[in-house]
Amino acid sequence: MDINDIIKPENQVYKKPALLNDNYMHYCPGCSHGVVHKLVAEIIEEMGVGEKTVGVAPVGCSVFAYNYIDVDWIEAAHGRAPAIATAVSRLYPKNLVFTYQGDGDLAAIGTAETIHAANRGENITIIFINNAIYGMTGGQMAPTTLLGMKTATTPYGRRVDLNGYPLKIGDILAQLDGTCYVTRQSVHTPAAVRKAKAAIKKAFQNSLDRKGTSVVEIVSTCNSGWKLTPEQSNKWMVEHMFEKYPMGDLKNL
Amino acid sequence: MEKEIRLMKGNEALAMAAIRYGADAYFGYPITPQSEVLETLMAEQPWETTGMVVLQAESEVSSINMVYGAAAAGKVVLTSSSSPGISLMCEGLSYIAASELPALVINVMRGGPGLGTIQPSQADYFQATKGGGHGDYHFIVLAPSSVQEMCDFVGLGWDLAFKYRTPAMILADGVVGQMMEKVVLPPQRPRHTDEEVRQRCPWAAMGRTPDRGRNVVTSLELDSAKMEVNNERFQATYRQIEANEVRFETYGTEDCDYLIVAFGSIARISQKAVELARKEGIKIGIIRPITLWPFPHDEVKRLASKSKGVLVVELNAGQMIEDVRLAVNGTVKVEHYGRLGGIVPTPDEILDAFKEKIYQK
Repeated sequence: MDINDIIKPENQVYKKPALLNDNYMHYCPGCSHGVVHKLVAEIIEEMGVGEKTVGVAPVGCSVFAYNYIDVDWIEAAHGRAPAIATAVSRLYPKNLVFTYQGDGDLAAIGTAETIHAANRGENITIIFINNAIYGMTGGQMAPTTLLGMKTATTPYGRRVDLNGYPLKIGDILAQLDGTCYVTRQSVHTPAAVRKAKAAIKKAFQNSLDRKGTSVVEIVSTCNSGWKLTPEQSNKWMVEHMFEKYPMGDLKNL
Repeated sequence: MEKEIRLMKGNEALAMAAIRYGADAYFGYPITPQSEVLETLMAEQPWETTGMVVLQAESEVSSINMVYGAAAAGKVVLTSSSSPGISLMCEGLSYIAASELPALVINVMRGGPGLGTIQPSQADYFQATKGGGHGDYHFIVLAPSSVQEMCDFVGLGWDLAFKYRTPAMILADGVVGQMMEKVVLPPQRPRHTDEEVRQRCPWAAMGRTPDRGRNVVTSLELDSAKMEVNNERFQATYRQIEANEVRFETYGTEDCDYLIVAFGSIARISQKAVELARKEGIKIGIIRPITLWPFPHDEVKRLASKSKGVLVVELNAGQMIEDVRLAVNGTVKVEHYGRLGGIVPTPDEILDAFKEKIYQK
């Protein structure tokens, strides 16, 4: 007996996207990556562009994004995804080319690649997971780590004199003439997930329409890195992260 | 475009050759002494004729990753730089090699280390032939000594890169990049259509079609057992390249008593030194490795074994001499003569060094 015998297809109101494969995800329970992966797969399927999509995976927790979404992928060196996406997009102008990057990848080691790709107005979508911490390497400070926030490399909390300020890279990207759409979203409630989905879809459509660079920042949880339960993480994110990284469009042309 | 004879700089020839050999894309960042490559491409505007993409990146780090992206998508792609820029590219080169991608990288060497000088040098021999980046990898290294070879090696580099799915490097020095010579440009090679790319690069990440699974281009493999298998496959490719692709040229080796080993521009200057020596009745021959990796060990060994001494002439403090000594393995005296910091020696200086270090009256 399979799922179709239990629930007839005509009675289904929800299903796993066809492009999201059956590989077990390595993400921690409560992590935002799984939800965003599902949205990306769902949108590519809904837009019918699976055959002309190339994703560029980063270094960080989502280094294995290519294991889960059934499109062509290129795995980048740390921070270099926008450079790779630039080349693929210019050589296959009809393709949907997107990068999927974390805060360390996009806003620390890859700041130059990110800003210059966006400033050239490359026709790509950048999906930016901002969880204010380095998950993959064990919870070190990210460029977006909040002041006072404890991480493995700021064990007494982030201090301005030692570590500088949290980087609002989304705001910087919105200032560039090459970007057409910069938005900040989250996926911690069903309503937020629906908004994030609409944002990613809009970004992908912009890329297909060659309107310039679209950036969807998803303020995300890292309950393992934050050392909180998934539920506490959502609450902590709303109470602390949203103050520094407020939800909504930063630019929408 | 038909075959055409032109007078041009080595760097300009690289650019013209890239267009004519059907490049899909060039990504680069200006650096002396090779900026004419990007300048020439921008002036030629090949996007209007062949559809080639030309882009000035924000750094060499970005250039090489654009090259990685284009290569991963099955395209014919190149970049060019000079020594400090190539150092920045070494991360990307390691990834390209580990992802088994074809690409062409050109290094028009200047004097180092550090910011060094903009004058010619061959001090990146170690970096080019021994890896440069991290991990066990090699790429094919072609060393041109004329403007014609600058042109020809662009086509050869891509042919070899696609044959073995490995990066290839043209390791030129500032002399070859800046000097002007007659060059025969090849007829225009058409660029591959997307359908042709799909056929010849079934591994390319360019959008999956219903007839195949998704393609993932990556160098990551956390399972050590699988990573060892990957490494063994890379090594098997390198052994094949070593067996099939060694290239070199000889001059005056039929009757020589002594041997000079030199590559690139200094091989041509050494040839003049050999001519001067022969007027004095001293018979020297030259072997000029064209592939620095794979190195022509067997031919160097054979020629050295029938000579009384070997002089390795390089624009560095002694790099290729290590490969020559490995080939010769102590059977005959091997000495080095080199100038540093961007100085290019004259034929007389080379002959004097030979007489001092090698010649037995």
